[in-house]
Amino acid sequence: MNRTLRTMRKDRMLYLMLVPGLVFFLLFKYWPMYGISIAFKDYKLGREIWEAPWAGFKYFRQFFSSPDCARVLINTFVISFGKLLVGFPSPILFAILLNEIQRRGAKRFIQTVVYLPHFISWVVVGNLVLMMLAPKTGLFSTAITAITGNDVNVLLDPDAFRWVLILSDTWKELGWSAIIYLAALSGVDMNLYEAAAIDGASRGRMMWHITLPAIRSTIVIMLILRVGKILDAGFEQILIMSNALVNEKCEIIDTYVYKVGLQQARYSYSTAVNLFKSACGLVMVLGVNTVARRWEENML
Amino acid sequence: MSGVYVKRRSDRIRRNGRAFVVANSIFMALLVFVTLYPFYYVIIGSISGDSVGAQEIYFLYPKDLDLSAYSMVFSTTSILRAYGNTLFITIVGTLLSLLLTTLTAYPLSKQRLHGRRVLTTLFYFTMLFNGGLVPTYLVIRDLGLIDTLWALILPKVISVYNMLLLINFFKSIPSGLEESAKIDGAGDMTALIRIVLPLSLPIFATLTLFYAVGYWNSWFDAVMYLNRSRNFPLQLVLREIVQSVDLSYVAGGGADYSMSDTTIQSVRLATIVVAILPIMMVYPFLQKYFVKGVMIGAIKG
Repeated sequence: MNRTLRTMRKDRMLYLMLVPGLVFFLLFKYWPMYGISIAFKDYKLGREIWEAPWAGFKYFRQFFSSPDCARVLINTFVISFGKLLVGFPSPILFAILLNEIQRRGAKRFIQTVVYLPHFISWVVVGNLVLMMLAPKTGLFSTAITAITGNDVNVLLDPDAFRWVLILSDTWKELGWSAIIYLAALSGVDMNLYEAAAIDGASRGRMMWHITLPAIRSTIVIMLILRVGKILDAGFEQILIMSNALVNEKCEIIDTYVYKVGLQQARYSYSTAVNLFKSACGLVMVLGVNTVARRWEENML
Repeated sequence: MSGVYVKRRSDRIRRNGRAFVVANSIFMALLVFVTLYPFYYVIIGSISGDSVGAQEIYFLYPKDLDLSAYSMVFSTTSILRAYGNTLFITIVGTLLSLLLTTLTAYPLSKQRLHGRRVLTTLFYFTMLFNGGLVPTYLVIRDLGLIDTLWALILPKVISVYNMLLLINFFKSIPSGLEESAKIDGAGDMTALIRIVLPLSLPIFATLTLFYAVGYWNSWFDAVMYLNRSRNFPLQLVLREIVQSVDLSYVAGGGADYSMSDTTIQSVRLATIVVAILPIMMVYPFLQKYFVKGVMIGAIKG
């Protein structure tokens, strides 16, 4: 014990350095966790949290028995699953194909270009997408009209709009998500390809037997981690892009929490829905991390 | 006989290969086009003149060169003020973030530090679970940050992801370097400043980019915590310009602006260009660094 104290004394500068960070986490991350208690209380603005009377699970029951519950849960899963289905394999495919580009300058240029949308805010990207899809003036809708002869407006069709969300998210993050696979591919021994070429393997076979196995473990880990975030369907994106006509099929848990909480001022109810989501999210992430660790151990 | 067979086979492979190279190149060219075209469209739209009719559309090149949209953007007080606000939160926020992340990450990278695990877990947990929308809002309100620019900086001044990135980087620096400095009588702070920081410039390039982009793009924080338009950051004003049907708001209430639809459109587009240009000019130069940063984060995280 004495020795522990002595080393801690010696490290006092290090502890001093930690003070601002500790204050930050306590103030901005742990203090709000105390506020979660309003999910179990009848909280009204202007009153202190501890003064509000307890309400038990009233607001949870209210959410589960409301028609909104099934709707926002289904929307969250459908949109999120769509993003997983399209947005997960695309960067893998892109990385494998980019790996086949021989000219280094071209490769670098393509990479720089596809990283760009990741750095742009949803405010801007959302607007770009809406502009491209706008009837009559957008490139996309003009092209569709020219080909089929029909006017289309995907922005007002709820089912089509889900695809707009899925595809624009894929567009934005394609390059960024590919970085990890490209890094794994750059470590592949070139001799393997040469040996395979001498044996007469075609490009397709090389991709299947050399390239894909090289990133297989990365793919599995990324997939597992991705599944842990299935409840995050894209809060800012949907808040910015959706409109009243498509809202029925595009409102997700997060945007619902925002709507009832800060626009309708139902603080306790909103916090209950929010807690339900973050608790499920926490369980999923922890579960998924265990699976990932097990899988990694089995691989070694 | 077998020689002929081998030759024919390798010919076929080469031909297959060439078809693949062509197809792959076309695919990549399409991808580059699909990625860049919306940005290109915005730029040519912003410099297309007033003479373009509202129904007339430009797809590939500007109809005629007219920079009046930009002069309008730069003479509009609400946009200029928003630009100033965004510059403030980006510069002050990024500096503060780098300082606090370093001060937190350095002690936590030391194996010998008592309580290191507890603290790291305490901090990491906030990545998995948080108070949520309303409770966080109430705290920001109780701290008196509503309607101040600090509400856009302080609540996210340390990103756990970036902190873990930095801890992992610090761990990878050979401890012998610091030990020898310690023998010469240097304290922990001196070792951090003199020995560790000069070795960490690449990771700091990555963190600077991540933090700066985060502050530059912040929009929802502003929706939540700001009511007075005096404090609005660029993204929020941009959003209002994009949504508003007429631009009287942007023009500062002056009724003497009688703008046609196309002028409104080019002002919108010019504002977008002004909002994304700084990022477009910076990130390509940091590519080497952030690629490495993402890898460290993905492997160790």
